[in-house]
This record gives sequence, structure tokens and C-alpha cells, in this order.
Amino acid sequence: MATQQILEVEPQAGAGASSLASRWQLDRRYLPVLGTLVVLVLMLVIGGSRYENFLSGRVMANLLINNSFLIVLAVGMTFVILTGGIDLSVGAVVALSTCLSAWMFTRGWSAAIAIPASILVGTLIGYLVGLMVHVFEIQPFIATLAAMFLARGLCYLVAPESIPITDPTIVALSQTRWGTADGLVITPSGVVALVVVAVAFVLLHYTRFGRTVYAIGGNEQSARLMGLPVARTKVLVYVISGTCAGLGGFLFAVFSRSGYSLTGIGMELDAIAAVVIGGTLLTGGSGFVLGSVLGVAVLGLIQTIITFEGTLSSWWTKIVIGALLLVFVVLQRLLVVRRR
Amino acid sequence: MSSPDPTPPPAGAPAPAPAPVAAGERRFSLGALVRHRLFWPLVALVVLLVASVVKSPQFLQVTVLDGHLFGGPVDILRRSAVLLLVALGMTLVIATRGIDLSVGAVMAIAGAVALTQIAASPSPDSVTTVTTAILSALVVCLVIGVFNGFMVSVVGIQPIVATLVIMTAGRGIAMLITGGQITTVNSGPYKTLASGFWLGLPVAALIAAFFFAVTAFVTRRTALGVLIESVGINPTASRLAGVRARTIIWIVYVLCALFAGIAGILQSSNIMAADSNNAGLFIELDAILAVVIGGTSLAGGKFSLTGTLVGVLVITTLTLSITILGIPVSAVSLFKALVVIAVCLLQSPVVRHKMRARRRAQAAVPVEVAA
Repeated sequence: MATQQILEVEPQAGAGASSLASRWQLDRRYLPVLGTLVVLVLMLVIGGSRYENFLSGRVMANLLINNSFLIVLAVGMTFVILTGGIDLSVGAVVALSTCLSAWMFTRGWSAAIAIPASILVGTLIGYLVGLMVHVFEIQPFIATLAAMFLARGLCYLVAPESIPITDPTIVALSQTRWGTADGLVITPSGVVALVVVAVAFVLLHYTRFGRTVYAIGGNEQSARLMGLPVARTKVLVYVISGTCAGLGGFLFAVFSRSGYSLTGIGMELDAIAAVVIGGTLLTGGSGFVLGSVLGVAVLGLIQTIITFEGTLSSWWTKIVIGALLLVFVVLQRLLVVRRR
Repeated sequence: MSSPDPTPPPAGAPAPAPAPVAAGERRFSLGALVRHRLFWPLVALVVLLVASVVKSPQFLQVTVLDGHLFGGPVDILRRSAVLLLVALGMTLVIATRGIDLSVGAVMAIAGAVALTQIAASPSPDSVTTVTTAILSALVVCLVIGVFNGFMVSVVGIQPIVATLVIMTAGRGIAMLITGGQITTVNSGPYKTLASGFWLGLPVAALIAAFFFAVTAFVTRRTALGVLIESVGINPTASRLAGVRARTIIWIVYVLCALFAGIAGILQSSNIMAADSNNAGLFIELDAILAVVIGGTSLAGGKFSLTGTLVGVLVITTLTLSITILGIPVSAVSLFKALVVIAVCLLQSPVVRHKMRARRRAQAAVPVEVAA
């Protein structure tokens, strides 16, 4: 699906061009994303040729299902990074959100209250971060770091130990599977992730808010001088990222069916890595939410290939992700240099 | 009673404010004191120490036992060593507008290299083995530092992304070195680094103090400090002025990795094990925090090593005080968050501006009354 949408976007870039040659000339903005796509296809080809059943619907469906929360996090992170900020708090907010919903279920609260509350706690933390960044002019790195400590500390207060979730709604959500018998299935979590991606895509590319996000990332001063609502947008991107983290926490609660204060350690790095591999520049202003989805797919595929290989130790995941990050940032850098 | 105690940093904040009005002629000096960059971090430190002493009166007592000094302050110094070393390098990197996220992973690698070598050697207790192991660990760290510096200064990648590479891959590399296990050794000389005493003081604290002093001397008594600040304030302008910005940036990343390596050796010597997953986990965040609490801006430019020292002491004391006050250790991050938010808010330009405006208003009132 991700591939399709990128291809749909491309003709727009060259729409004004009359000759066929220049119509097929790619906009440079898409080069990083295309690089990610090439890597993804290469990994699929290599995996498919080396292992049986690698290219099966089941593996691909699991890729989406197991990474649904990471997709949601990466989408939120894309908004923040596009404005030139960063959000280190998402991993801790995921933990807080799962802990909070688990705690509410032990109190016998219904899912109708617990699920919105666990998502809104992320919104609230995102709002606080936005205020710190915008009103008090604290650097995003430090503000979200504080939020990360805050959320992690609150986790321990809410759930010092792992709390199992036995709520029927959550259990039902985690067991529901729609699809065909041959493994091509989708879970409610996967659907939520896809909906979030679609909403984010529309928000970023077809609304004034989205254009403002890109404008702030390009040059905040100019955006302000152009009369764009910089203040509101800057707070809003952190609210979006926080909400996505809260939603990711809910998906993680469905996935793990327990609330534990140590979940999601380092998840913010996975999200940032996915965004960077997906071709978004950390300086802001350039990148696509679909690229981030591709980034998550690459990270997930590395994990899948290492599982299929069987003999490789788990630490190779980290080394390969690091190496891929290296290749991508150097490539992006080269592209930027050539553009100048 | 335990929980309200550590809150005074934010709650106590307004308390010193009325003092200038009451103190009359001392108003000016007190105002300057309050405005000092390190005033609020120091207040936080004092509040933490006072809270600890109230809870356990013998906290600040230093006793001599077997010719070594023991007690709260010595403990704080010993525990600060690792963070101080990391924060020292981080201060220099941040002063050049950079950031180094890889320090935690570098610590893990340093510990892994050193301990794997000692474990493989037939004579783990010989000083030569330990020295070789430490030197080879530091060489590996040097290479990582050169790599980070190359990525930032030559390739021109943003520091946060460039160091993210090693941050992600580093722990994997450390596990590759130890074979995925937690390597443990028994080595007298190596253990001395973190647990030993020299002249009655903990060796770890002395090592950290030595590197602090050397860094302070080199940056403040030679031109290096000014050059680093000039690169941080405006890389292009400093290059045009003849400063080798590229070399300076390269140097600070190498130094940062080296300091992180030494910290990793101290840390692994403390537990006598190389735990690739947990060695220096999140220390990059603590180090950045210490630097920011110390008043060095993440936007680069002017840096303060003394400020970093205070920041490190605040973080270490906070962790120790929380244990003393009987609050579960797991809640440390909550208090860290409160301290960060409080200190950052007090240092933020908006709040400082408001406070200055209020102080001016306060100063104006007595004049009218007198007239």
C-alpha cells in the first residue's frame, strides 16, 4: 500500500512538464524514500531467495501486526522531526499508557473509559512538552527528556510490578483476526496503524497545518514572517506525537496484554531510526510519513531475516540497524551536497 | 513525610526572592547572586543535602576507617566519577553545537574490550595485563571517537544522527566482543580502579578529578577553550577567522569518546563485569542533563566545566538522597524530571525575563516610599 501511494504522488511533481523525459525525471525530494524502497525490495528478494515461505502472506501480515505500535510511533515522530524537533519521550509514554490502562482494568473500570484515558495521557504529556518547547523556549531535546523521565517515573508509581490485563475487550481485540485462511490476516491493531498512517498522510499533504509543519522545518523565522501560525503548530506537533505514543501504548497493551513499567525502553530510538531510514531529515522540512512507514518495514524485516536465519545472534540486529542508519545518513548527505 | 521532602527545589524557589527587599543595601549583591547561572542548581544541591541530613543526621559525617575516608560526601564523589567523566566530554561536544549520543555504547564497548582481554589472559592479577587491556580498550574508543568526529566534521552529518549510528550499533558490537555473555573477572589491579583508595580518597574520584583538572587547565589556560567556543558560536565565522573548525570538532568527539571509555572502564571495574546491555544505559541523557543544569546551552558556544561539575553532583546526590529518604529507587526518574523541569524553567529566557521585570518593579517601590 505504501508503495502505491508514493507512485501516486510522483506524477504530481512532474505534472507540469510536457515531455515524457522530464515527466519521468524524479523530484529529488523522493530520492531518499526511493532509496529506502530499494533497500526494502532488496531485502525481500534476498530473504525470498534464501528462505522458504519468506515471501508468504503470513510473514508480511506479521510484519504489519508486530510493528503496528512502532508504525504509529514513527508517524507521530515524523511530525515532530519535520518541524526540526525531536521527541525522546515516546517510549516512556508507551509504557505509561500501558501501565495506566492495566491499572484501570484492575480497578474494574470499563474499557470505554480506560482506552480513551490511556491515549489521552499521551496527549496531555505531549501538550506539556509543547508548552515547554514553545512558551518557555526549552530545547525539544531537553523538554522531551524531562517528559521521558516524568512518564517513566509515573509508570513506577502506577504499576511497580507487571500487571496482567484480563479485560474482555482487550482480550477480544488481541485475538480478533480478519482475513483469509492462507495467512494473509489483519488484526484490529494493524487496521488502527493503517488508519493513523492515512490520516497523517492527509494531514501533512492536504491541509494548511501540514504545509505549516513543513514551513517551520524549512525555516521557522520565515514561517513566522509569512504569518503562519507557528506557535499553535509547534505545540500541536508534540500533541500529535504524544497522542500517537498514547495510542501506541494502547496497541502495545493489546499486543502484550500486560502493563509493565519497563516496556518501551529504547523504543523512541527505534522510532527515530525508522524516521531517519525513511528519508526524513532530522533538521526538519523534508521527509514523508510514508517513508517512515517504509523505515519501520525495513527495521521489521531485519528482525524477520535474523529470525529466519536462525544461527545469527540477536545482537546482529543492532549492528545491522546501525550500519543501515550509517548508509542512509551518508547517502542523504551526499544528495544534499549535490543539490547545492 | 518522606515524599514531600525532595519537592523544595521548585516549592522553595520563591523563598529567596523577598530577601532583596528586606536586606536593603545588600539588595544588589544578592540580586547578582540570584541571577548567577549556578544559583538554582546549587540551591537544588543544598536542598537535597539538607533533606538527607534531616532524615539521617550522620549523612555528612566523614569517618576514617582503615586509613580510608568514609561517609556521605566521599560516597557522592565516588559515585560521581563515571558521570563526571562522561559529562566532561559531553560539555566540550555541546560547546561546539554538537551532541554525542554514543557515550553509553562506548562505555559498554570499553568495558567489553578490557574485560574480555583480562579474562582471556593467564595472569589476570598482573599490572601489565590490566594496563594492556585498558590501553587497548582506549584505542578502540579512540577509533570510535575518530569515526564520530569524521562523520560530523568531514561528512557534515548532524551530530545527533552521526552519533545515533554508534549508539544503535555500539551495544551490538560490545555483545559481539563478549559473545553475548556478561564477562566477569577477578583481577586485583582492575578492581582497585573503582573500589580502591589512595591517600584516603577513592581512586575513581581521583581519576575523574585528574581528568577534570587537566581538561579545565587545557581549555582555560590555552586557546583551545576559546576556539571551541568560537566554533560553537559561529562555525563559518570562526573558519573565516582562521580557526580550524574541522579539527576542533574532530578533537572534541575524540576526547568525548576517550572520556566515555575511561568511564566505561571505571564502571566495569565497579561491578567487575562487562554487561553490554546495561553498562552506561541512558548515561548520555544524564550527562546531557548535567551539562544543561550546569548552564551550558545546547545551542553551543560558552561552556562551563564548573557548571557541569555542579550538575553531576546534583544528579548523583539526587539519586543518593532518594535512597536515604526511603523513596523507592524506581521513583528516581520522577524526581529527576521535577529537577530538570524546575531548573530548565528557571533558566529559560522567558522566566528570567519575567523575574527581572518583577525585580525591577520591586526595586522601584521602596524608592517611592522613601521619597
